[in-house]
Amino acid sequence: MSHKRDVMIYSRYERFWHWSQAFLIFTLFFTGLAIHGTHHLVPFGLAVKIHTNAALALIALWVFTTFWNFTTGQWRQYLFKKGVFKVIRFYAWGILFGEPHPYKKSLQRKQNALQSLAYMTFMTLIGPALWSTGIAYLLYNSWSHYAWSTTGLWIVALLHTAAAFAMGAFVVIHVYMTTTGKTPLHYVRTMITGYDSIELSEVEEAYIEETKSAEMR
Amino acid sequence: MFPRALWRVVAFLVVHSAIAASAGTADHSKFDVLKGPFTTAEDVTEACSTCHTEAAGEVKKTIHWTWDGTNSFTGQRLGKPRIMNSFCGSPISNEPRCTSCHAGYGWTDLRKTPEENGATVDCLACHDGSGTYKKTATDAGHPLYSPRVIGGVTVEPPDLAKAAMSVGPSQRENCGACHFNGGGGDGVKHGDLDSSLTDPPRDLDVHMAVDGANMTCSTCHTFNAHIPSGSRYMTTAVDPHGLDLPHDDKNRATCESCHGAAPHAEAKINDHTDRVACQSCHIPEFARGGVATKTLWDWSTAGRKDADGKPVYIKDEHGHLIYSAEKGDFAYGENVRPTYLWYNGTIEQTAITDKLDDKIKDDVLTLNRISGGPADGKSRIWPFKEMKGKQPYDPELNTLVVNHVFGKDDSAFWTNFDYPKAIAFGMNYAGLPWSGKIGFIETRMYWPITHMVAPKEKAVPCSDCHTRDVDGRLAGLGGFYMPGRDGSRLLDALGYLALFGALFGVVIHGALRIVLRGGHRP
Repeated sequence: MSHKRDVMIYSRYERFWHWSQAFLIFTLFFTGLAIHGTHHLVPFGLAVKIHTNAALALIALWVFTTFWNFTTGQWRQYLFKKGVFKVIRFYAWGILFGEPHPYKKSLQRKQNALQSLAYMTFMTLIGPALWSTGIAYLLYNSWSHYAWSTTGLWIVALLHTAAAFAMGAFVVIHVYMTTTGKTPLHYVRTMITGYDSIELSEVEEAYIEETKSAEMR
Repeated sequence: MFPRALWRVVAFLVVHSAIAASAGTADHSKFDVLKGPFTTAEDVTEACSTCHTEAAGEVKKTIHWTWDGTNSFTGQRLGKPRIMNSFCGSPISNEPRCTSCHAGYGWTDLRKTPEENGATVDCLACHDGSGTYKKTATDAGHPLYSPRVIGGVTVEPPDLAKAAMSVGPSQRENCGACHFNGGGGDGVKHGDLDSSLTDPPRDLDVHMAVDGANMTCSTCHTFNAHIPSGSRYMTTAVDPHGLDLPHDDKNRATCESCHGAAPHAEAKINDHTDRVACQSCHIPEFARGGVATKTLWDWSTAGRKDADGKPVYIKDEHGHLIYSAEKGDFAYGENVRPTYLWYNGTIEQTAITDKLDDKIKDDVLTLNRISGGPADGKSRIWPFKEMKGKQPYDPELNTLVVNHVFGKDDSAFWTNFDYPKAIAFGMNYAGLPWSGKIGFIETRMYWPITHMVAPKEKAVPCSDCHTRDVDGRLAGLGGFYMPGRDGSRLLDALGYLALFGALFGVVIHGALRIVLRGGHRP
């Protein structure tokens, strides 16, 4: 027999990481669009100041989170999993007709195959494209004396812009996906409280109760 | 690197040592030799020279005296007798009027050097402290020696003894007597130099205001053996030397001399200083002191007379002359936003003898060609006053012409209003070839803006340049990427497509979920 139990699947650090990262990304996107000239809701100078400081904060957060991911072994959550197409098929079709999700969440596998792939892309492509070009831009004056700096700045700026649009599209879809849980706010609540209802085997349940290796209620 | 506080201390010491030096240890009113009476102003110079034995000799080596210099960047020989501008043109054949601003007396023939012409040095023009000494406009540098009716008003000659006893370091009024009035009147030529700088409010000039740093012109334009520093002919467009210390390079006429190369608290603002001249942000507009500057001078319309045969003069509602039979059409500007150009300090001027062929583009002659660009590593974006003109030239020989405007003869334009006569006289006097044909060519001239530095809170806001607005201050300056202004239309289109595509997609998806009651994950 297996039971559904409320288990803490997102630790305090993971939630802190997620929400501070979310806040910083929204700030960066908003001020970034102001610097880009899309809107004038913040004056340029202030937008640059906020954008720079938020970027530095996000880089610090990412450095620490990378360290955390490797020391806790959580990085394995992001590895490629089989069954991506089943998940894609589910979100494109099955979900509309109430089919069950093809993927079972477990303590060891918090993310479905599509999620892992998306977050992996986020962490290894979009993120690095943004911070590498952003840092290069911040340090422009240390390479502005080279003959290629004029072209270089164009490339840096366009890559940064392209990556920012990719990030924007990612966030739109990501936010929408949070509404696909049991109730529209289920996933958001999970990310706030850290608890989700997970199907546990009797052995797992007993193990967790005995060892307190995860918080369960 | 110097901490900012230390920079402030150095700047303070430099400025205040200059001000303290002005007190001096000699009271010139106590010297018998200066008590006069003096018959001519030249006698005053002689009296000065009894103590300052080398001073006149020093002055004779300076551009204030020679009106002759060679641009070491271009090799071009410069000076008023050779170079054309978009105001009066050439001073040749108009000497007693134009040489009223020579640092001497009696230069009546610009075809000769002042020495060959028997001219003598004028000490009082720069050192009078009484405020009474004035070189009259038409006497080749001399003041009046007897009362004269000028413009219907009787003007008394200055008391030369009073002036001689008042001498001291140059004050704003001394420099301003000529430099505020370039082009023939207050503020006419430069746009950033006019009589409002004699006692400017802080908003107009943070350095010269009494409640600002209370500096004079020579606080920055330091003189070494009477040779001034700071030049529009050869601008220090970037001053890599930076902070000047006492006994240093004695060229304090750059902002960096006192402020260094990284004067802002914020790093990103300091990142601008290699590409943007201080002046570009800190002089938001020129002609801000209530004195209008001339922005257009069209000589082609000059000479109009009314039905009674009297020369026509028209003033606008501000009292500015907008048409003069002597000079043509004028336009003026106050609080003018500068034109911005990449500038590396090199300007190629147009000499009277120059062929114009390669200098004309789209029927417009650029009288001074500003060098520089985003990629040469020596340029910064500088503010300029763009002066528009339309001037007489020789369409056959393709040169500019000397227009003889001033003089009591039958050819001077300002009394006879006859271009062929005036130009024939001018070209003949100058000894230059002329085909006999007269045309008018549209001209532009660019005057670097460097005075009227506003307080920092009045500096140009970032968004004046970092904007896509076609009216942005740097909208016309291409060849480099600037955030807020530049981007790729294609990338933006794709980006917004991705963004709004995603948004549209999730809205449709969500709607389908509701309509089909697919429900949520069980």
